[in-house]
Amino acid sequence: MKHINLPLTEEIIENLTMGDEVLLTGTLLVGRDQAHKRLCELLDCGKSLPVELEGETIFYMGPSPAPKDFVIGACGPTTSSRMDAFTPKLLDKGLKGMIGKGPRYGDVAQSIVKNKAVYFYSFGGCGALYAEKVISSTVAAFDDLGPEAIRRLEVKDFPVIVAIDSRGNNIYS
Amino acid sequence: MRKIEPEEVYQKLYSAIKESGVILPKDVQEKIIHSMNSEAGLSKTVLTRILQNLDCASKNCLPMCQDTGMVLLFVEIGRDLDLSQVNLEEVIYKAVEDAYRDGSFRKSVVTDPLNERINSKNNLPPVIYYDFIQGDELKITGVLKGFGSENCSKVFMLKPTEGRNRVIEVVLETVKSAGGSPCPPTVLGIGIGGTMDYAAKLSKKALLREIDDINPDPYYKELEDDILKAVNSLNIGPGGLGGGVTSLGAKIEHYPTHIAGLPVAISVNCWADRKVKVVI
Repeated sequence: MKHINLPLTEEIIENLTMGDEVLLTGTLLVGRDQAHKRLCELLDCGKSLPVELEGETIFYMGPSPAPKDFVIGACGPTTSSRMDAFTPKLLDKGLKGMIGKGPRYGDVAQSIVKNKAVYFYSFGGCGALYAEKVISSTVAAFDDLGPEAIRRLEVKDFPVIVAIDSRGNNIYS
Repeated sequence: MRKIEPEEVYQKLYSAIKESGVILPKDVQEKIIHSMNSEAGLSKTVLTRILQNLDCASKNCLPMCQDTGMVLLFVEIGRDLDLSQVNLEEVIYKAVEDAYRDGSFRKSVVTDPLNERINSKNNLPPVIYYDFIQGDELKITGVLKGFGSENCSKVFMLKPTEGRNRVIEVVLETVKSAGGSPCPPTVLGIGIGGTMDYAAKLSKKALLREIDDINPDPYYKELEDDILKAVNSLNIGPGGLGGGVTSLGAKIEHYPTHIAGLPVAISVNCWADRKVKVVI
C-alpha cells in the first residue's frame, strides 16, 4: 500500500504503476458529466475556467445529500467513460489525476501518456466507505448543478488502485 | 372483498425503500462473502472493500452507494382486493418521495430525458408496472435501479432459428462490452420472449429473484447455470480488475413469443442489488 499526499507531482506519478494500491491524502476536485461539458465549452470559447486545473486530481462523483452532522453523503465514483470525450482537453490544460470506475475509451489512455498523468480506479458502489474518508467538502463552481456541481474535497487515506499509469499500462486491457 | 388502508401501504413501502438504499439483501451479501473464497489479489481487495462499505452504510445509516437509483416497481393487485378507497399511485409516489428525502438519498431523476433535463428534486416519478394476480393481496416488489449498470442493459431481437447458443453469446457480448462499468460483480436479469418491451420488463422481473434460488424449469435452470459459468470465465472480475466473479447470479424469465421472433433483454444490475418487497 502506497501513501500519497496530493497534489500529484511528476515524481509521484512516475513512481505509480498499474495495480498499485494507494491511499490518497490532501485535496481534490469533484466533477462529472455536466461539469465536464461546461468546462470544455468554456475552453472552446477561449474563456477562463472557474477552477484551476494545473496539477489537479478530479474525482468523478455526485454525492447524495449530507445528513445532519455529516460532511458529505455517500460519495463513490461514477462511470468514467462518460467523461472520455472531454478528458483529453482537460489533461492538456494541466489536469494530472482522475479517479473513477470502469475502462476508458477513445484518446484517453494516449492523452494520459502524453501528459504524464494517471487514472485511478476507486471502489464502485462504495459511497458509504468513501464518505468516511472525506474531511471537508465545499462547492467550488457551478453551484446550480446540484449534485453535479464542482466541489473541492479534503480527503484522508482515500483508497484507490492505479488503473492506467503514466506509461500507458492499463488494468482493463 | 378485502379492504386495505392507504396508510399501511405507505408505511410499508416507505420503510422498505428507505432500508433498501442502506442495507443489502441478505442473500446478496452472503453471496459476496461466499465469492471471496475463490478470489485473490485485487479481486479480493474489491470484494473486501464492498463488505467494508456495507458496514459503513449500516453503521452510519448512509446509502451504500450515492447513486440511489430510479425506483422501478411491480405492483400486483389481487383480484379480490377492494382498492376503491386507495389512490394507489398517489400513495406510492408519496412513499418514494418521503423515503428519498428522509433517507438522504440522492435525487437522480430528471423530468424530461432530452429537453433541459431538469432534476425533479424528489426522485419522482418511479417506473411502475401494474398487474393483476389471484387472491386478495397487494404485492409491491422492485429495485432501486442505479444507472451505471442500467446503461449497460441491452435488448436483442434474435432470429427464431438462432436458438440457445446465440442467447448465451448475446449475454456474453453484453457483459464484455460493459466491462468494469456496471460495478461488477453484477446480477443479470434476462427476459426471453414476448415482444421487445415485454422481454425488457421480464428482465427486470428476473432481477427480483433471490440470488441462490433455483429456476423450477429444468431447461432454464441449466441455461442460467451455463450463462453464469460462461460469464464468470470472462475474467472481468470485481470492479473489472480481473477475477472469477463477474456476476453473482443470472436469472431468466420467459414468455411465449411470435413465430418470427426471439426477443432477448438483459438487465444488468450492480452488486448493490437493492430490492424492495412489500406484501399487504
